[in-house]
Amino acid sequence: MDPADGGGKIDVKRSWNWSLWIGFLFALAGFLSYTFFAQFPVTRDFPWANLLLFAAGGIFLVLGLFRAFGKAQVYRGKLFGPILATLGILMFGFFSYVFFYQLRQVPPSTGAPRVGQKAPDFTLLDQDGKDVALGDLVSRSKAVALIFYRGFW
Amino acid sequence: MPEINRRQRQKLGYTYTFLSDPKAEVIRRYDLLHRGAGPKGTDIARPAEFLIDPSGTIRWVNLTENIAVRARPEQVLKAFDEMQTKAGP
Repeated sequence: MDPADGGGKIDVKRSWNWSLWIGFLFALAGFLSYTFFAQFPVTRDFPWANLLLFAAGGIFLVLGLFRAFGKAQVYRGKLFGPILATLGILMFGFFSYVFFYQLRQVPPSTGAPRVGQKAPDFTLLDQDGKDVALGDLVSRSKAVALIFYRGFW
Repeated sequence: MPEINRRQRQKLGYTYTFLSDPKAEVIRRYDLLHRGAGPKGTDIARPAEFLIDPSGTIRWVNLTENIAVRARPEQVLKAFDEMQTKAGP
């Protein structure tokens, strides 16, 4: 029974369109979970896990939309379907923009020392407030790994 | 700042040396400055890793194209092994 009948009857036969919500939750998980997956180099260097979550989200959202519009007598979701799908697309779009564009905005660093050049010497404070010169570390080690870890995203 | 490095180092249980470059002087010297990319728009370094041999010469450089991508320990160790092999007996 279609409520647009004007009959005022509540149609209890139409099912909750769970696929839409599962799809949305997958997309949300894909959007929010990068900081977790960034702990593992495999999923940090390329966001496999997040993209898979978005893909799963996409599949369930599409399924949900097919049901909401193709089987409208059986499933609800003509209003929420497009809304959740749009949110899913926006989250995927924003994530992709940040990871594949924004995070690649790195300065060219053409003046950075190259292989074969001497590493410019310097003296900085260590974690205990003591002066440490690169030259000292170099002279008493088999090798020095100098890591500019940035300390921030 | 040294204090922050000390606490973080203790918390994570690391034993290697953490240095502070609060005015980004060394960062600039190495041409790694990333203007305004830090918290509250501060200048920080773009990520970079160098392997330096006992003569002070750079033997390996890693400058990635994506800020999220950093050298993995295996890469640094491999570079070190190659360096040792070239050094000979």
